[in-house]
Amino acid sequence: MSSLRAGDLTVGQSFETVIVEDLKRTQLVQYAGASGDYNPLHTDEVYTTKVAGYPSVFAHGMLTMGMTGQAVADLAGPENLLSFGVRFTAQVWPGDTLTVRSTVATITDDDGAVAELSLSTVNADGKEVMSGYANVRLSG
Amino acid sequence: MAAERFPVEAGHVLMFSRALGAADPPGGRPQAGDAAPPTFAIAAAQFDSDYSPHLRPRPGSQWHGSGGEAGLVIEGAGGLHAEQHFTYHRPIRVGDVLTCTTEPGQEWEKEGRSGKLKFREQITEYRDQAGQRVVTARSVNVRREAS
Repeated sequence: MSSLRAGDLTVGQSFETVIVEDLKRTQLVQYAGASGDYNPLHTDEVYTTKVAGYPSVFAHGMLTMGMTGQAVADLAGPENLLSFGVRFTAQVWPGDTLTVRSTVATITDDDGAVAELSLSTVNADGKEVMSGYANVRLSG
Repeated sequence: MAAERFPVEAGHVLMFSRALGAADPPGGRPQAGDAAPPTFAIAAAQFDSDYSPHLRPRPGSQWHGSGGEAGLVIEGAGGLHAEQHFTYHRPIRVGDVLTCTTEPGQEWEKEGRSGKLKFREQITEYRDQAGQRVVTARSVNVRREAS
C-alpha cells in the first residue's frame, strides 16, 4: 500500500504527474458510460457544435477531477485520503495533455500526521483547468 | 442525486478506473474490499431513478443529442459544474451497498461579464449498510441568467 511518509515531506515540495496525453473523444465516451453522465456536450460532436455552439465536445469536469484524484490516490494511498475538493476553471478539450502538480501546503500533527496538498491541473499551454486541495494522512 | 441503493460492483469500478486511464489492478479485476477511485461516488448517477430523463435516451422521452437531426436545446438542461468537494469518512469499497440522500445547500449570485451567475449547492451523504457515513459530497452548479 502506497503512502507518503511524514519524515520525507517538506512544505513547498511538489509532485508532477501527467494524467492524460492527447485526450481522445473515446475516453470521453468511456467516462460517460462508466459515470452515467450522458450529457451530449461531452460525446456528441454534431449537437455540441451545431446546436450548443461550442467548438467541439469537451471533457466532463468530473473526468479531470477523477484523473487528478487517481494521481493523488497513487501518490498518497487511496486509504489515506481524508478530503478532496476542486474548482473547475477552464474547459478541457480533445487533444489536451494534462499535468497535475501537487504541492505540500501544510503538514499538521494533531491526531496523526496530515498533509494538505494544493492541486493544480494544467493543460499543455500551462493554463490551469482545475484547482483544488486534498488532505491526506501520512505514515510515520 | 439520490440513488436509494448504490451497489458498488467490481465490474463498474473497473470500467470507471479504466475511463480515468488507470492501470488494471493486479489479477485484472478489483476484489471485494478494494478502494474505489476517489471520485467514484459520482457514479451513483447510474442507480438514480430520478436522474435527468434528458440524459438517458429512451423511446417516448425527449432527448437533446443528435440523431437524424442535430438535436434541440432542452430548457432547464443547462448549467455547468463549478465545484466539487468530497469528505471521506472511509474509502468507498467494492462490495459496499450505499444509500445516498441529497439536500439543497446554499445559493448565491455573482455578477458575471455577460449577466448574472446563479450558484446552487447540493450536499449528498453516502452511507453504508450499517448506516455509517462513508462520503459526504458537496457540488456547486452555476447557471447564467439572461440580464
